[in-house]
Amino acid sequence: MADYRWPEAGKRSLIGKRISRLDGPVKSSGRVKYTYDVDRPNMLYGKMVLSPYAQATIKSIDTSAAEKMPGVKAVQVMREPGAGILWAGQEVVAVAAETEEQARDAARRVVVNYEKLPHLVRDVEPAKAGDRAKPAAEQTEGDPDKAFQEAEVTVEGQYGCPVITHCCLEAHGQATEWEGDNLTVWASTQNVSGIGGEFASGLKIPAGNVRTLTPVMGGGFGSKFGADTWGLACAQLAKKAGRPVKMMLERDHELMVAGARPSIHAKVRVGAQKDGTITAWSSESWGTGGMGTGGSPRLPYVFRIPNQRKRHTAVLTNIGPARAWRAPNHPQLCLITMAALEDLAARLGIDPVEMFLKNIGMTGELSKVYAAELQKAAELIEWQKKWHPRGDKAPGVIKRGLGISLHTWGGGGHPSNCACAIHPDGSVEVSLGSQDLGTGTRTIIAIIAAETLGLPLEAVKVNIGDSHYPQSGGSGGSTTVGGVSASTRRATTNALNELLAKAAPSLGVENDQLEAVGGRIQVKGNPSKGMSWKQACAKLGTTLINATGQTSITTPTGPSARDLISSGVGGVQIAEVAVDIETGVVKLEKLVAVQDCGLIIDLKTAESQVYGGCIMGVCYALYEEKIMDEQTGRCLNPDMEFYKLAGIADIGELVVHMMTGPGYDERGVIGLGEPPVISSGAAISNAVANAIGVRVPTLPLTPDKVLAALEKGGAA
Amino acid sequence: MPKRPKSPESDHPKVKGGPEESGRKQGGLGRRDFVKLVGGTGVAVTAGVLTKEVLLPAESNAQAAAGRRGIGPGPVNITLRVNGEDKDVAVEPRVTLLDVLRDRLHLTGAKKVCDRGTCGACTVIVSGKAIYSCTMLAIDAADSSADILTIEGLAPEGQLHAVSAAFVDNDAQQCGFCTPGFVMACKAYLDAQPNPTYEQVKAALGGNLCRCGTYVGVRKAVLDAAMRMKGGRS
Repeated sequence: MADYRWPEAGKRSLIGKRISRLDGPVKSSGRVKYTYDVDRPNMLYGKMVLSPYAQATIKSIDTSAAEKMPGVKAVQVMREPGAGILWAGQEVVAVAAETEEQARDAARRVVVNYEKLPHLVRDVEPAKAGDRAKPAAEQTEGDPDKAFQEAEVTVEGQYGCPVITHCCLEAHGQATEWEGDNLTVWASTQNVSGIGGEFASGLKIPAGNVRTLTPVMGGGFGSKFGADTWGLACAQLAKKAGRPVKMMLERDHELMVAGARPSIHAKVRVGAQKDGTITAWSSESWGTGGMGTGGSPRLPYVFRIPNQRKRHTAVLTNIGPARAWRAPNHPQLCLITMAALEDLAARLGIDPVEMFLKNIGMTGELSKVYAAELQKAAELIEWQKKWHPRGDKAPGVIKRGLGISLHTWGGGGHPSNCACAIHPDGSVEVSLGSQDLGTGTRTIIAIIAAETLGLPLEAVKVNIGDSHYPQSGGSGGSTTVGGVSASTRRATTNALNELLAKAAPSLGVENDQLEAVGGRIQVKGNPSKGMSWKQACAKLGTTLINATGQTSITTPTGPSARDLISSGVGGVQIAEVAVDIETGVVKLEKLVAVQDCGLIIDLKTAESQVYGGCIMGVCYALYEEKIMDEQTGRCLNPDMEFYKLAGIADIGELVVHMMTGPGYDERGVIGLGEPPVISSGAAISNAVANAIGVRVPTLPLTPDKVLAALEKGGAA
Repeated sequence: MPKRPKSPESDHPKVKGGPEESGRKQGGLGRRDFVKLVGGTGVAVTAGVLTKEVLLPAESNAQAAAGRRGIGPGPVNITLRVNGEDKDVAVEPRVTLLDVLRDRLHLTGAKKVCDRGTCGACTVIVSGKAIYSCTMLAIDAADSSADILTIEGLAPEGQLHAVSAAFVDNDAQQCGFCTPGFVMACKAYLDAQPNPTYEQVKAALGGNLCRCGTYVGVRKAVLDAAMRMKGGRS
């Protein structure tokens, strides 16, 4: 049995170092081609006709005028007459034309008649939602009634996060090209190995006939796992026209339909002892994820309060479909829980660091990690020096405050197959079908392969983002780094062992006495006895080594597993804000993020993940909201001027501290995509409450909401 | 939120070829004004074009009346000076510079994201100034004095400009879709402000948006690029 374990800390030449992402140069020079940039010979451009109504039935479709428009080569009805419409922006017809402008002109000539039906696009309280309210079964733990009776203090509050969108900078979409019954899809997808099957079943061709290519992609954040209706329509247009078609969503379409993070609102009660021991939780929550009901959100978050009663109601709305948004549900649940707990600390007059530490046992297995992270974060933000009880009493209109939040995420690894080829000329290829969303997947594969084979980074060619490479998972839930790092380590170890077996006889040793270090194959403990990598590979003759490695669902990933990969991380963030109580403007001054993620493969891109998560956190804390108009049923801000993201001046100072080294490395690799985005909203909300003395109940913390909260009664 | 720069007022266009050539210019500029402008300000134009334009006042009234129909809506032949080369394209007047660069000239470094002058992913440098190419019509860029620099023109393929290299080393990119726009905005910023302080850099490039959250790396990259460009490594 081969030994796949990660090398000891002292023996790592690349793992854990700061290494620049390998596709950095082709990206920052503008040379790399994204799906949006694909340009095939004779390619047509596709545009779609969207429903203006949030709920309707299609009565008739007339495409005759569109078909006669200049440059039009194909028209595809995506929803037939009689079909229902469930959100504004739902696709009805697609057209393909010689130019984008011609396609847009033709789409405007399609005549669709609808029977308009009543809609709901706001996440109103369940009592006002009629039969669109779908309550889930009540959940209880312990004895909440008794616990609340016995609680010395009870606090109540209402908190919430609105629906937000993914707003990937590269819109959803694809280019498609047929050759006979074989289809090539250039897709902006998080799921290269997976979407081919969807295309195949939708188009009634064998799955093996579809090839998906995604060498790079411009952001997904959970919204790009499927072939999507526009993917199938694009392929149908290409078939009809007999020419390649590219159809990317326009920005308004993207913001209207291509991903909504569900909202959650909750009325919360928390019971506690005067010393800060939390004893009881009750929550009545509701929210919308479009027409789906989802499940019951797992409240309270991180802290397993012993006595709980929870009721959740899904409100079905015509806002467009929910899609997984970086750390699905966690940021919302985190806000509701951490806000309620900090409100409790404020009521009790207890320093929240002290209160969280007092109850840290309720976080379970990760309690020691959280305690260490809380202390580290408090030190980095200078908590002792800067913290004050709720309501900044300093004179002037600028009020400062600090706020804390804790978060968790699973991770583990998705199923992954990796192939490692060692060629007789010494070149090495590592191939798998996963994709790099910009997280650094390509780079960590190269690092692991080079580390394992004792080669420099540039000696390894990484082949990813093509469904012809071995099947490897979609990038969701922070499972990619786990999946591909374990499969790559196994494949490259297996390949190396084959090479060592070829080299061993000429060195007169058993192959297990050999190691690959610094571009050489040498005897362990006797580096002078060996040969160069190239010399060893030359012994392969004409037959290359083609070894494989897998990560499967049986790969152990528990928090106590001592394997290549693991799951279950904790993180703590503390925000410092300055709030202008005359204008209501919240300014993030500083955000400290302390994060554990097991063994770090590339420290540089790992830190970038955390910075990025925090910045996305600032976006949804302060700016983002998909605003729906109940009158028309449409999204009011489907553009990037009014669907606001943070700019470079809005992020304050970010401080990232990775928990690494002994006690963390042994756990193996754990994903980092989701965790750092979870706490930022809650930490910023808590900091604002600490600054102005009153809770702004819902995100984003826009000036109007801050002023409204102050009017209701702040300490400022 | 930061104030984002708007694209500059349209420069005076020069539209060549076809009956539209003598037409009324964009931005309300009449042909007489245009000729005055060409003659009076010494705008550099090619000799051949200059001759045609100078001949305009001598046209018959009928020709002038026909010219007042304006250009378009059909394709118009224009010449764009992109990365030091003249490129002839036929485009409808409504087509943006961004779409011409991407779809006709295959220069896909500038990205189409918001398509409404908000996000900066389409930033190119026109006559030394960073502009959103999604808010400039191609015909408005068809002025021989308008030197269009796209990211492909920063360095030969396979080589990295100092700004691009600084973005790599400081990990100022993740998915990379906003990156070419940031790189071009950074180049224009440093050309105008070669010695920025960190305080300035914290808010510089406020006209570009990133979704992955690379601003910390971008701030470092801007400072690093400033040093590299001074060191003559660009």
